[in-house]
Order: sequence, then C-alpha cells, then structure tokens
Amino acid sequence: MTDIPEGKDETLGDVLRQRGISRRSFLKFCATTASMMALPPSMIPTIAHALERAKKPSVIWLSFQECTGCTESLTRAHSVTIENLIFDSISLDYHHTLQAASGHAAEEARMAAMEENYGKYLLVVDGSIPLGNPGYSTIAGISNYDMLMETAKGAAAIISVGTCAAYGGIPHAKPNPTGAVSVGEIIKDKPIINVPGCPPIPVVITGVLTHFLTFGTIPELDHIGRPKVFYGQSIHDRCYRRTFYDKGQFAETFDDEGARKGWCLYKLGCKGPTTYNACATTKWNNGTSFPIESGHPCLGCSEPEFWDGGGFYKALSMPTEDISKTVIYTAAGAVAAGVAIGAIQKGRKNSAVASHSKTTIDDLEK
Amino acid sequence: MTTHSVQFNIQIGDDLTWNVAPLLHEVKHALDNLIKNNETTIIDLRSIPLAPGEEDKILNILGQGEIKAQLYALGQSEIIETQYAGVWIVSHYNDENEIMGRFIEITSMPDILCSQTEDMIEARNHLSESLKEGQNIHESSVEKSA
Ligand code: SF4
Repeated sequence: MTDIPEGKDETLGDVLRQRGISRRSFLKFCATTASMMALPPSMIPTIAHALERAKKPSVIWLSFQECTGCTESLTRAHSVTIENLIFDSISLDYHHTLQAASGHAAEEARMAAMEENYGKYLLVVDGSIPLGNPGYSTIAGISNYDMLMETAKGAAAIISVGTCAAYGGIPHAKPNPTGAVSVGEIIKDKPIINVPGCPPIPVVITGVLTHFLTFGTIPELDHIGRPKVFYGQSIHDRCYRRTFYDKGQFAETFDDEGARKGWCLYKLGCKGPTTYNACATTKWNNGTSFPIESGHPCLGCSEPEFWDGGGFYKALSMPTEDISKTVIYTAAGAVAAGVAIGAIQKGRKNSAVASHSKTTIDDLEK
Repeated sequence: MTTHSVQFNIQIGDDLTWNVAPLLHEVKHALDNLIKNNETTIIDLRSIPLAPGEEDKILNILGQGEIKAQLYALGQSEIIETQYAGVWIVSHYNDENEIMGRFIEITSMPDILCSQTEDMIEARNHLSESLKEGQNIHESSVEKSA
C-alpha cells in the first residue's frame, strides 16, 4: 500500500472552514461521501475524522489521446457538489485543459510541482499513449510517451482515468492506427489504479481520490486494476430489470411490448452481464438514471476491448453466470440484511440456475 | 412553441426487484433493535437496486409522521419522521436540488439535527464578538450623549 501523497500542508478541514462550511454541512458531505464510496453508513464518523485531517495532495493530470470526456464528466457540475468539494481539496498543479497557463509556462508549472513533491504527488492520466509514431500526439513538443515516463518517475501512484488510459480504449480499437496502448502497458514499477468508463462516473473518479484522502492508501483492486468498491459487481448483478431476465422476459425491439413494459434488454445487446461498473446503483447525472433505465442496453464501456466486442446491439452468445452468486439485495448500508437476501435468492435460484452458465467478454458474438 | 413532457415507456410493476418488502422487514428488525438495545441503524437507499418507482413506493408506505425538518447546508436536506416513530427519512440535496443521498435512519433522533460542538464553539465566539462590537457602539453612543 502507498502512503498518501502530502503535497501541501493545508488539510481538507482547513479548505472547508475557509469556505465557511459548517460542521453540520461537513457531516452531510461525509454521509454522501460514504454513500458514494459504497461504504456502510457506520463508517461516517471515521470518514469525517480522516477527511478533516487529510493533507491536500499535489496532483498532476496528463491528457493524451482522449476526447476530454473524462475531464468533462468530472468538472461538469457548477454547484457545490461532493465532486467539486473533493476536487477543490486537491492541489491540481497541472492540467492542460483546465489551467490558465499554456506552452512553456505550463510545462514549467509541471516541472516545479514534480520537483517540490517528488515521490509524493498523484499522477492522473486520461487518454492512451501512441507508440506508432511519437509525433501522433504531443504536448509542447513533447511526445506523450516521453511526458508519461518523465512524470511517472516521481509519482506516488498513478490513476488511469477512462477506458483509454486504463486499457487503450477507442484509439486502441482495431485497426489501432496510432499503436495506442494503456498506461499499464508502459509503466510497470508504480501502483496503478484503473478507473475505466467512457467516461467514468464522476463520483467514481472522486471516490478514488477520496479513498486516498480518507485512508491514505490505494483501494483494493480487481484482477484488471479496478477498485473493487466500484467495480466489484456487474451491471447485471445490480440491474433492476434482472427479475425479467430471470423470468425470460426480453424486449426484442426498441418499441415492442417488452420494451414498453421495461423488460430485460439482453436480446438487444445488453453487455451488463460482462460489465463491471457502478452505473446501476450510483447512476448518472446526480443519481437520475443510467442507460438501461433509459431503455438502452449497456455498451460495456468499462471493459477492455469494449469497442471491438462484436456490435453494441448483438446479444451475448449465451446466458450469464450462476445466479447463486448474484447479489440481489446488496445493502452495503443495511447492516442486517442477511435473512431477507437469503430468502429472495433461494426462490430465484431454483427457476434460473439450471439454464445459466458463465459468460466472458470472449464469448461475445463476432 | 409548445413543450411536450417526455413520456417514458417503463411501466411500474408491483415487484420489479423484489427488494421493497425485504427492506421494510429490515426496518422492522432495526426498530426492534432500537427499542431493545438502543442501537441505531442507517440504511443507504442508494446501495440497493431499485426500479423506477420503487423508492417512492417505500417512502409512501412509510408515510409521514409528526416531524418534518429542513436543513440548509450545502444545499437543502429534508429530515422526516415517518408515521412509524423512530423511523426517519433523511434526504440530502445539492444546491441545484438534485438528490445526493437518501437514508432510512432508525434512531430516536438523526445526528444531523443535533447542534454540533464545533459549530457551537464558533457560534459562541461569534456572539461574543458581536456583543463586544455592540458594547463599543453602546459606549460610543454614551460618550456622544455625554
Ligand atoms: S441483461 Fe442487461 S437489462 Fe437485462 S438484467 Fe442484465 S444488465 Fe439488466
């Protein structure tokens, strides 16, 4: 585990007080933060205690072959939200889209931040890195590869934001004309946290930053480097249309009776069964809804190779995993939910388990 | 120009996720626990897969009791005691009135309603500053009249 990078002496508590935030507001902030990080509400006092004392970390944000959607996802909110409070609590020393300085002045700011916080700063990367030709993507005349190598050296940890930085994403899709690769394919000697999604859910980006601030460590990761707290369960595991999947009730077209009744979108190409992300519970636009709730199948954007997965509207080739592993009622916050969960799962398992086997992204129809 | 409201196709079924009834049973167990052991429980509604309309269904069933408090801190919050004493719904909004979190708290009083020590200390300092200023004004007005 990595220590929290302490780039500045100011604590988050100081930042909040300077902004005239009352203790009660701070408690509200901690309650919504716990919810955002899928932590049980019993953790709220711990979060409050840790966040108050958390030092402002220095963050350098590099954008390579990307569409700026990831930055847009995070900074889109104009009101006082959890996202921008967390964002304000870091010292963002370099971000070429957001900073006022440009060209050599901007590069000097990056060098100064690296020097001042060597070994302690967090490096955030969005976008993939072209290896085909260094000239495909440059910033101030420096190739993406060189800039990444130079900046990663003194970083405490790297957060690869978006599917492009995490797995190559759309630039990496066939035929990959620029030879795009992910951060993890180049950097091997630093802790890397992948926060994929096209774009990632904003609170997931800030959730990872908050985890650093709160616990001083990087969160527990899955086998492809994603924080388990947000990517531990599939969309399908937490999808409210799951009842229809289990009963075999599917929409066949976007305007048939099944679509009108809100049935499962599996046959319309839903990649929820092979996609691990928090959309189904965290949702989008401050909890308004997520694609499946709006009637569109999941595209699987937080998975490697999602763009080459065989067509967004082609159904997965077979039904999905053993339903006994599925979390129907996963109240992270409900302290004593066990009895009821068992009861629900039993009834469903009998009807569905026999006809379902495990599916991976490789099983997608080509 | 006329504006048409967007019509969604999704119809609200009775048992879309089957999570409504178990959740209410959990609330009942938590209430038992509060009465017997004085232990509070907080359920984060965001952590539970619910279909459109199911959260409203839960809120409707719990209903509204004797207390409805509004808090203005980083946007509005609404704290309602349901018709079941000891069962509260705490909803946090941001300053654009978008929901940021909703919890069912099984407690005699949600913590967020209590005055916080840090705020009270600040309030005391603020009040004594105001009084000092007030004293100065008073003194200066006394001087003037003299
Ligand atoms: S296949 Fe898609 S729509 Fe159907 S239950 Fe799974 S995630 Fe939901």
